[in-house]
Amino acid sequence: MTPPLLSIRDLRTYFYTEAGVARAVDGVSFDVGAGETVGIVGESGCGKSVTALSILRLIQPPGRIEPGSRIEFEGKDLVTLGDEEIRHIRGNRISMIFQEPMSALNPVFTIGDQVAEVARIHAGLSRRQAWDRAVETLALTGMPAPEDRAKQYPHQLSGGMRQRVLIAMALIMKPALVIADEPTTALDVTIQAQILDLLVHLQKEFGTSILMITHDLGVIAETTSRVIVMYAGEVVEQAPVDELFARPHHPYTEGLMHSMPHIGHDQDRLNVIPGTVPAPTNWPHGCRFRERCPYSWERPEREHPPLYDVGAAHVSRCHLAVEPERRNNPHAPLVVVEGVGAA
Amino acid sequence: MNVPVANESAQLLSVRNLRKEFPIRKGVLSRQVGAVKAVNDVSFDVARGETLGVVGESGCGKTTTGRTILRLIEPTSGEIRFEGRDVRSMSTSQLRKLRRDMQIIFQDPVSSLNPRMTIGAIIREGLTIHKLAEGAAADARVSRLLQEVGLRPEYANRYPHEFSGGQRQRIGIARALSVDPKFIVCDEPVSALDVSVQAQVINLLEDLQREHNLTYMFIAHDLSVVEHIADRVAVMYLGKVVELATAEDLYREPLMPYTQALLSAVPVADPKARKERIILQGDVPSPANPPSGCVFHPRCHHPSKDAACTAIVPPLEEKTPGHFAACIKQSPTTVSWEQQKNAGGVNPPERYLPLAAVHA
Repeated sequence: MTPPLLSIRDLRTYFYTEAGVARAVDGVSFDVGAGETVGIVGESGCGKSVTALSILRLIQPPGRIEPGSRIEFEGKDLVTLGDEEIRHIRGNRISMIFQEPMSALNPVFTIGDQVAEVARIHAGLSRRQAWDRAVETLALTGMPAPEDRAKQYPHQLSGGMRQRVLIAMALIMKPALVIADEPTTALDVTIQAQILDLLVHLQKEFGTSILMITHDLGVIAETTSRVIVMYAGEVVEQAPVDELFARPHHPYTEGLMHSMPHIGHDQDRLNVIPGTVPAPTNWPHGCRFRERCPYSWERPEREHPPLYDVGAAHVSRCHLAVEPERRNNPHAPLVVVEGVGAA
Repeated sequence: MNVPVANESAQLLSVRNLRKEFPIRKGVLSRQVGAVKAVNDVSFDVARGETLGVVGESGCGKTTTGRTILRLIEPTSGEIRFEGRDVRSMSTSQLRKLRRDMQIIFQDPVSSLNPRMTIGAIIREGLTIHKLAEGAAADARVSRLLQEVGLRPEYANRYPHEFSGGQRQRIGIARALSVDPKFIVCDEPVSALDVSVQAQVINLLEDLQREHNLTYMFIAHDLSVVEHIADRVAVMYLGKVVELATAEDLYREPLMPYTQALLSAVPVADPKARKERIILQGDVPSPANPPSGCVFHPRCHHPSKDAACTAIVPPLEEKTPGHFAACIKQSPTTVSWEQQKNAGGVNPPERYLPLAAVHA
């Protein structure tokens, strides 16, 4: 069996703040295979973006990747790689598409220059060659009249067009892995549809692996083949996309799915996950979700659950895997009032 | 004029031909060189106790419409009546009284709360201005309001930065409720919140509506949230209401091609439901220079689209009982085939409902 393209083991990224040590990513392990689209879903503060930044080694003090964490990519451990080597990987073998297309572009350079710069740095192309390649790549992203558009500045483009520029920058070196961090969150729904279609199309065309980070289960369902659910700095569930939506195991995943209104399936009242995500400086003992969980009993209070095997390529960090009868009598959430000081 | 009316006697708010233009100025003399038609001839009614959802993409004029109704932005022309009273002709002092009845909840729970005021002071402000309560009575009322929105009464002494986004939105709701309003404009109240917290706030808004007999105008870009909370829904595009119907009708049978595209674009949280999608070409045109005729025609996918669409401004007309849409190619239409042919039309109107727009 060929090794996966990206293999993360026990990744821990901590931030040493005045309020204490924020364990933003706390023991995360997963793989991304070649040509695969893997989704990471979770709410703000779950550690999904910090995971992405850790892969590219973009963590700034007071944050750091803790010793013992491993991020293996194409046979190299990115955690221990020298600065020069990691720069060679960024934008070349692994690239990233950010959420906010305005702040990710430099307002004083034309978009053609900014896309071409990537090819000049990483492929050593001449100005002319790099420009031509930039125009070609912009055309691939469906940008109309790419020769003319390349001469424009970011403020002259709409949000959807700017996102295409970022995608062109991410793809110009034909990287093995693209990390897309909420790539459509800032866009309107019809533009989101255009961009998601484009990503799926390009992924098929180039065989690039995509790590899709989002809070939107709809985006996950439509673009990914395998899903990782994160909560409180940990992976709480992982499964192939069809399996996850058909048989969510972790009560948090279940809660997320039920608290979303679905078009065409209107219910009288939305189910609610009570409370808020706990603070990363102070994750609860035992199961980190237990205070918000409708099934919680003594065991989750005492014992931090491991990732249990619950089906075909399906794991869940919940003791219900070994005490399934506990699911039969959920108690009504007692605490509807939120606690102060949460993230 | 044929105007979408919910029920004549039950109307709380009625808006007719509302327009808001923002001037574009240029040069040292700030000469006006054009205008952004943010709200362009909008008419609708809101019945007592109902929730009117307003959906559309950025720049469609939904927020401006909401703020113009409260006169937080002065309209350029048109009529706004609240319980029969003409809102546009009101003096400042009359308007202040009116604001007791009409409140707003903002999208951003961070910038809409003064960071230097305690939660108690923020909620109390309305009580003082409208002379509703003072001293111990006001304190008691603040405590009750906090409890009503699911927060502890002792939070009154804390400051906004101590709270999470969802909690801050609850504080904004308590502030709006403090003066016992009849009507609340909810401007994207859950857009900035995480999914699980969003559901808490939506449920809270629904509970409060029942308990206080509130009427909502619920502005949002998220179509699934609007379907859940709204009784009727208005779809806006480039400053115009292009479709207006009960939530049930709109989501089951969207008639305006723009609504169809919008509904088909929503990602479905079900991997088995992967479906066809109407991908709109290009971007929304600039509201400073909207297309002629039907503002949606450059991006429209209706099979009968033709030159008539570029010439005739489609009226918002009743296609089926209570279901209004602005499209001269979606039959039935009051714009006769004769008129359409005179305007260069070649394709007669037909009924068109692509499968991609229907969520089973």
